[in-house]
Amino acid sequence: MAALKDNKPKENLSSNNTIGTQYIFVALILLLCTLLFGILGALQYVIPGLFRNNFSFEKVRPLHVSSAVFWILLSACGIVNYYLASIKGKLWSNKLYKWQWYLLIIAIILILSSYILGIFGGREYWEFHPVLAVPIIIAWILFIINVFKSINGFRNQPVYIWMWMTGVVFFLFTFLESYLWLIPAFRANVVKDMTIQWKSYGSMVGGWNMLIYGSSIYLLDKISGTEKYSYSRIAFVIYFLGLFNLMFNWGHHIYTLPIPKYIQYISYAVSMTELFLLGRIIYYWKTSINTAKKHYHILSYRFLIAADVWIFLTLLLAIAMSIPAINIYTHGTHITVAHTMGATIGINSFLLLSFVFDMFNTHNQKIIHKITIGLYITLAALFVFWISLIIAGVIKANWQMHNYTSIPFSVMMHTLHPYFISFLIAGIVASIGIFIIVFTLFSYNIKQKS
Amino acid sequence: MADKIKVLVILCLLILFLSYSFYLYKLNYSSVHSATTLADKGKILWQTKNCGACHQIYGLGGYLGPDLTNIYSSKGDEHIKAFLHAGTDIMPTFNLSDSEVTEIVAYLKSIDATGVAAPSKLKIKQDGSIER
Ligand code: HEC
Ligand code: HEM
Repeated sequence: MAALKDNKPKENLSSNNTIGTQYIFVALILLLCTLLFGILGALQYVIPGLFRNNFSFEKVRPLHVSSAVFWILLSACGIVNYYLASIKGKLWSNKLYKWQWYLLIIAIILILSSYILGIFGGREYWEFHPVLAVPIIIAWILFIINVFKSINGFRNQPVYIWMWMTGVVFFLFTFLESYLWLIPAFRANVVKDMTIQWKSYGSMVGGWNMLIYGSSIYLLDKISGTEKYSYSRIAFVIYFLGLFNLMFNWGHHIYTLPIPKYIQYISYAVSMTELFLLGRIIYYWKTSINTAKKHYHILSYRFLIAADVWIFLTLLLAIAMSIPAINIYTHGTHITVAHTMGATIGINSFLLLSFVFDMFNTHNQKIIHKITIGLYITLAALFVFWISLIIAGVIKANWQMHNYTSIPFSVMMHTLHPYFISFLIAGIVASIGIFIIVFTLFSYNIKQKS
Repeated sequence: MADKIKVLVILCLLILFLSYSFYLYKLNYSSVHSATTLADKGKILWQTKNCGACHQIYGLGGYLGPDLTNIYSSKGDEHIKAFLHAGTDIMPTFNLSDSEVTEIVAYLKSIDATGVAAPSKLKIKQDGSIER
């Protein structure tokens, strides 16, 4: 019971808690970089050969994807630090927190500049020169120590605390695992190399999702003013299921590789449990509306609901893609990109923004209005963006299943052109929406300070 | 839910996960040939030039360019060399030396030997799984 009290969100503390703010600030700038590089990448789809000589796709793509991953990671770290500090009164060590920050910032600056200089790690989807992984690994070890020491014990902890603990550990494990290729014997066999590569990258997403989903459960409870959900049995069942998925469902990335068949069966069977998750999430979505509405975290609330819509859309696609017989159609097409960006924008980014607006809660109606407009623009455009990619993917799927020997690749790509144009336009509009959100937040906070 | 049960569930999952992981690390990915030193050099080049940003191997990679898993057997080494030397409207020329081109071709050859990537060559079974 004592522990239960101890974990109760301490509203008064969070208002003067500045832990995590600089993480969020830089993360939001990285979000804007993601948008810029995304548009530059999409432009190269629409105008083939654009920037071919000095800012070609092999530079723009990693700039875009790494900015996106760093936006997610940095803000997730900032939020977990921030929430831990508000729950516990303070972090175990501010020194570790600061070093984590310096190391991550150094890594981010070096990594993004290395791409511009043409230095690559060259593996999908998140790679840079292996040396640059070192500051990230050290920063992450400091983070793990700080998280575990701040939490201080396993007794009677709410589900989000478990999720944070599992998330930080799994992220490090999978990150290290993704470097096994440095051992020549590992990479000598390309199928083995790709299997381990996608095993690690597949689970890594699960690692940072544990941090984000954990934070969202904390926020749901904070908004509704109860701790009903975070201690409930069902919350833990969903958590275990999520953990199980994180560990075993990565196989859908590599169904079409010449791998032993049980890898396929394990992932296939595991992924089906997501149907169950889907049911629960929708159920809780309904109840969360009622409790949350009563309260005054309107921006956080709106972003939570937006994320929930995207959880639904993404899961439908994800579950379809986890069936091998459907996966052979979607694999290698833009349906995969629709899925990835749908999840990283629609779920991760919206949830992260809901935490950001919990940190910078405002009751200024003008600001709320502007940000809500930004959100609606983003939501509408994102849907068109997503559908365009799916259509392009379906056409390519048809080509690679039936016509790839008779119709050349470049001709097939040409038929996708209209959908790439709508993808680009929708992407620009979505970027404007996100820009309005971030810009309003920045200018409001700068005004507040001065 | 009692803490003991939570710890127990996590421990069980962890043991399963670690056993599966190490099993996969050790697994002999059978019929597949291990790469030669030349192909290994080609692989490193493939990575440092970031060919994977535009090309896929077994459908994995960026999507601006075509999948190259079986390019060696379908178009041959001269074709590959020509593309690498000249580039295309979209693909930059990488100013590769002749020996670098040979290394990349060796890499593409070694990938080609591991299997067929075209999804249309896979059989869909009744239970929704797929088979080579
Ligand atoms: C900026 C994107 C981009 C990068 C980077 C890139 N390529 Fe390409 N590549 C393409 C495109 C697009 C085509 C298809 C041209 C066509 O079919 O009209 C292509 C075609 C090819 C082909 C011929 C394929 C065929 O079906 O005829 C080979 C071989 C090839 N690339 C190898 C490489 C290698 C090796 C690298 C790295 C050193 C590389 N590419 C980097 C975009 C790229
Ligand atoms: C918050 C915003 C965004 C995030 C988090 C994000 C994230 C990602 C991720 C993770 C990928 C890798 C996909 C994969 O390999 O399957 C990707 C690819 C891509 N994104 Fe985005 N994205 C964002 C916005 C945009 C926008 C606004 C555009 C452009 C209009 C865009 C254009 C692209 C392009 C062209 C690719 C490469 C597709 C390929 O591999 O060929 N993105 N993005």
